[in-house]
Amino acid sequence: MYRSHVMVCGGTGCTSSGSDKIAEAFENQIRTDGLDQEVKVIRTGCFGLCALGPIVVIYPEGSFYSRVKEEDVAEIVNEHLLKGRPVTRLLYDETVENGQLKSLDDTAFYRKQKRVALRNCGVINPENIEEYIAFDGYAALGKVLTEMTPDQVIQCMLDSGLRGRGGGGFPTGLKWKFASGNRGKVKKYVCCNADEGDPGAFMDRSVLEGDPHSVIEAMAIAAYAIGADQGYVYVRAEYPIAVHRLQVAIDQAREYGLLGQNIFDTGFNFDLEIKLGAGAFVCGEETALMTSIEGNRGEPRPRPPFPAVKGLFGQPTILNNVETYANIPPIILKGADWFASMGTEKSKGTKVFALGGKIKNTGLVEVPMGTTLREIIEEIGGGIPNGKKFKAAQTGGPSGGCIPASLIDTPIDYDNLVAIGSMMGSGGLIVMDEDTCMVDIAKFFLEFTVDESCGKCTPCRVGTKRLLELLNKITDGKGTMEDLARIEELAAFIKANSLCGLGQTAPNPVLSTLRYFRDEYIEHIQNKRCPAGVCKALLSYKIDPTKCRGCTLCARTCPAGAISGSVKNPHSIDVLKCIKCGACIEKCKFGAISKG
Amino acid sequence: MKSLQELAAIRDKMRQTVSTREAAHDSTRVVVGMATCGIAAGARPVLNAFTEEVAAAGLTDVLVTQTGCIGICQYEPVVEVYMPGQAKTTYVKMTPDKVKRVVQQHLKGGNPVAEYTIGAAR
Repeated sequence: MYRSHVMVCGGTGCTSSGSDKIAEAFENQIRTDGLDQEVKVIRTGCFGLCALGPIVVIYPEGSFYSRVKEEDVAEIVNEHLLKGRPVTRLLYDETVENGQLKSLDDTAFYRKQKRVALRNCGVINPENIEEYIAFDGYAALGKVLTEMTPDQVIQCMLDSGLRGRGGGGFPTGLKWKFASGNRGKVKKYVCCNADEGDPGAFMDRSVLEGDPHSVIEAMAIAAYAIGADQGYVYVRAEYPIAVHRLQVAIDQAREYGLLGQNIFDTGFNFDLEIKLGAGAFVCGEETALMTSIEGNRGEPRPRPPFPAVKGLFGQPTILNNVETYANIPPIILKGADWFASMGTEKSKGTKVFALGGKIKNTGLVEVPMGTTLREIIEEIGGGIPNGKKFKAAQTGGPSGGCIPASLIDTPIDYDNLVAIGSMMGSGGLIVMDEDTCMVDIAKFFLEFTVDESCGKCTPCRVGTKRLLELLNKITDGKGTMEDLARIEELAAFIKANSLCGLGQTAPNPVLSTLRYFRDEYIEHIQNKRCPAGVCKALLSYKIDPTKCRGCTLCARTCPAGAISGSVKNPHSIDVLKCIKCGACIEKCKFGAISKG
Repeated sequence: MKSLQELAAIRDKMRQTVSTREAAHDSTRVVVGMATCGIAAGARPVLNAFTEEVAAAGLTDVLVTQTGCIGICQYEPVVEVYMPGQAKTTYVKMTPDKVKRVVQQHLKGGNPVAEYTIGAAR
């Protein structure tokens, strides 16, 4: 029996800022102080507040230590664990008010969150199946196998209103229903899409790292519902921690008889295998993913036939996303009505977002559907740093679009996002401030899809490349107004004619920035000016001779030797040599250098 | 895994371990004074006894925690019990043996053990 638990975040974010060493330091210090029979150190999944990592939470007090360093560990152990005095100086500042500790649930970051898919992340040790069981793990599988028929399970999914969390938002129950015919007569497969590839999205990784058993349990439930006995989790090899924890979880589930033959003595058999993806973005598309599992080059194939009819190895298959699966055990245990009571009319439940970009609280948040962008950005996210103004948010990654500041009060759900020209996507939410050039952002996402196009169909392979060239022309200051019409025509063509979702959605970032920030495109074309000061070809740096004191700091800083001048006399920049890196502006103490 | 009972048995066994992490606001709190004075007087075995006895009694809504010097060093080990709807009870000169009775009579039964309190000691 341990009186205190030290939870050290073992998500990828905190691990990359050294939480492994911190956990080790805690273990050593606790041993030194002779507390190893009283205090237990546990590696968990992601707490969500990645901006403040590495994070350590100590129970039973629930003290939330942020940005912990190795040298802080001795003080925390000696003061908090040995003498019972939390080290206020090192606690997350929002949890301390007038010297009193506040509950984490009362902080702006957590107050509006509702954790369903992330319920166990940061709460359990993901490498210990018994901790998962302690939080009602595998009880949903037990209930399904002993009390419900497969059709009742599918009906429960339909009633809950759960829609696919990977991007498309297709009703999960419907997908299962389509694949449910001929149970026991044909071989079927259940697959999990963990090939998370959107830039800035990391919710699937975090679920696998923090709560791998919830995915295993849900896949077994899905297999029972459609009559399958074999599953595959397709996860990218760039997620080593997730892959490791999932493998540990699968091995433990087998050992406990929760995977394998005759589960719960009901005659139900199910086993699971991990397939590693090599990181191609297109393999997140369902038909390409299955082609890749089959051992072929990951390329999409035309639909229909849909996977529910003819999927993996030509057999009926269902494929759901990691976050979708993580929602399923609580739906079975608490009922479809409970789940349907959260969210909006057509989008039920909660959604996990990976908050990134120009935002204070970078991290992972889970909110009920219908929460507004303003609540997510200003309250949970803590707003834009450095007093800058919010300009737009990008959702749906390279397949989605941007939401301008004027629509910040839109309640976020599947249908509202589509209506304003974006999409839910997997849940990446990239916040942009006034220093972001929207043409440049469109270019960034298009460069990504050009790189990731598999090349099978011409509209995507050649079309996106030509589209990118048009954007480059504009940011180089050589664009014409006719180019805008050409962009729109080409974008429509690519959307209509591409084989799979990658090409069909690739022009979206361009179209949505063109829709809401057309002025900015025109400014680039007609006035050869980048209003945000990002596009280098359109910038020139100048020194104001009346403000320059001739301190020579800029000339010494310039990596290109483009600044000349003598001591105590105004300097000047040679525009032909200038590489527009901006180093001189940062160094100038007199505000004499400007760009425009 | 052959039955739901087997699963429930694992869950119940593990609940005691993980309930430490579910600090409810309205739960009973047992606070052990763990400053130098408390530790010197033997607060550590008292704290550990509380953790074990509370788990053994299956009291998942009781939070056993610690604090610094309460200010009455001559009475250490001092333990304060905060129970919803009750005034704070302060136990003094605690020992692991006394802990058993406090857990059974007070935490489980709801009746403070008057003879161990600071009132009786004075």
